[in-house]
Amino acid sequence: MIADPILDVADITVEYSTAGEPARAVDHVSFQVARGEFLGIVGESGCGKSTLLFAIAQLLSPPAELVSGSVTFKGRDMVGLVGETLRAMRWRDYSVVMQSAMNALNPVKTVAAQYEDAMRAHGMSDRRRIRARSQEVLALVGIDAIHLKSYPHQLSGGMRQRVMIAMALLLSPELIVMDEPTSALDVVAQRSLMVQVKELQRRLGFAVIFVTHDMSLVGHFSDRLAVMYAGRIVEIGPTRPLFANPQHPYTRGLLDSFPSVYGPKVPLTGIPGAPPDLSDLPSGCRFRPRCPKVMPRCAEIEPALYVSGEAHVRCLLYELADG
Amino acid sequence: MAEETAPLLETRALARHFHIGGLFSTARLHAVDDLDLVIRPREILAVVGESGSGKSTIARLLAKVYEPTSGDILFRCRSLRDVRTRADLLAYRGQVPMVFQDPFSSLNPVHPIGYALLRGLALHQPSLSANEREAAAVRALESVGLSPARQVMARYPHEMSGGQRQRVGFAQALSYQPSLVLADEPVSMLDVSIRIGVLNLMARLCAEDGISFLYITHDIASARYVSHRIVVMYAGRVAESGPTEDVLHRPVHPYTRLLLSAVPDPRAPITLTAADTGEPPRVVNPGEGCRFRRRCPLAVAKCATMTPMLSQAAPGHQAACHVTAPSGPTPK
Repeated sequence: MIADPILDVADITVEYSTAGEPARAVDHVSFQVARGEFLGIVGESGCGKSTLLFAIAQLLSPPAELVSGSVTFKGRDMVGLVGETLRAMRWRDYSVVMQSAMNALNPVKTVAAQYEDAMRAHGMSDRRRIRARSQEVLALVGIDAIHLKSYPHQLSGGMRQRVMIAMALLLSPELIVMDEPTSALDVVAQRSLMVQVKELQRRLGFAVIFVTHDMSLVGHFSDRLAVMYAGRIVEIGPTRPLFANPQHPYTRGLLDSFPSVYGPKVPLTGIPGAPPDLSDLPSGCRFRPRCPKVMPRCAEIEPALYVSGEAHVRCLLYELADG
Repeated sequence: MAEETAPLLETRALARHFHIGGLFSTARLHAVDDLDLVIRPREILAVVGESGSGKSTIARLLAKVYEPTSGDILFRCRSLRDVRTRADLLAYRGQVPMVFQDPFSSLNPVHPIGYALLRGLALHQPSLSANEREAAAVRALESVGLSPARQVMARYPHEMSGGQRQRVGFAQALSYQPSLVLADEPVSMLDVSIRIGVLNLMARLCAEDGISFLYITHDIASARYVSHRIVVMYAGRVAESGPTEDVLHRPVHPYTRLLLSAVPDPRAPITLTAADTGEPPRVVNPGEGCRFRRRCPLAVAKCATMTPMLSQAAPGHQAACHVTAPSGPTPK
């Protein structure tokens, strides 16, 4: 347990209604984020990581629906908040940076106009202060103030993503939620952006939830890591030990799927098979059909999150270790 | 032995420029310049670069989707300029098929998998009978690990996962019994856990069936995993090329070093600072000079006035840099 967490996600479940059985994209997920912490959430497509993030940011819309659970942010339950209350909190208390900045920025407005909108919506009206703050945040992400007059199409992909991150910083929120903010960028731009986000986070002290499919990307940056599979957290713990000693067979498989440019060249196997259909899940453990360490009991018992070392692991192999 | 080392496909001073802007604009985007590429039999050649480096343009030039602006492409010592009729073109594309990046949009959703395979065979190998086509399709599906092949042929694309669809893409290419497969980012849309399976498939087809691959990717780690030789592209020009292990362990060009330092690898220390924000240039009407010079930590005055030519750093290993691979006057 974390004392005085900035965010407490308790037992949330999100379902997408379909013609048949609803598909449960997020299934009883709980975790906490400490003030100033960098939490990475990784998983493959369809594991529910983006839906989870939408549920936290209160951005779910039909057919997705939060079926149960609570999201407590700075001591206040966010579930069910609507309209003005939520609008007042967005940008000021927490902000969200989406996957493609191309779609998140308004193409017919300059960067300055979009920054001004956000600040006016939160009661700032002094034009000089608005301008000064806009220049300040752009400088934080290393973009020249001249680009306040630019339209999104005049900026490269990397710059647009940086403009979005600067916008998220405008009102100094305590939590920034990021959904694959670097996946559209080239490796060098991606790495540079990660280094920058980490530096800003250290300097300004906000907490970050960073969702990505690329586990190797967050390895150097996150304090803790949560690995999701088929709607559930299968392993969560401090990043370094999790990389050094992955415990869940899925985490190990994911890590063994990355070829390295260093060291000896080793043959890799990846993980055979594909993630399950969320509306037709296997009995017991959801990873069972792809698991190299599967046991007969795995089909009968759905494992809980067991404590093992510094991590929590959803695998029957660690059931006994959990005193 | 001489036959083994003779190139399967070769490009000579290949260039492709695109007209941009309005009707009277003189702006030319130089997507590829001065490319001398050699692909040998039984070889996986990786072309690595960021977006805008010209790597996809290379694949399209080799597939004859684009015509070269200048230079030549030789397949089995024959110039592609001689491939003119539709029959010749189909035969060439059967010998050198392409596998696309997006397995979700490259298969027609209204037809079953078998249709895509059999139709391709009917086009590229018209001499086969219907039974032979069917047999070739089954063989191809089985060789990429999709079985039972006859059941797979009856399925529709939406019934298959991304990894399976990409295997269908490879099966399509393999059914023509090609000598070279052009694979443009074949795994970048796939989930991490299934990428390795597709890379292993390429390595096996090369080792067992002697098929060559041009593997185009932005992911230098996966390039190392499967390729024998590697070509690093920057802004339409080759920055460095050579045997993969040699290039990655002893990188000569500053851009290759930068790329290597940016690879997300939790097993390696962080060496990159936020200083290089990674903006590859748009190469519109470039003059003389090294295209990497504005980002290069080693740039000297000469870099702005003279385009560096590839020069040998080690046997088979070349780099184009005035500072790290200085060359004498190159006979050109």
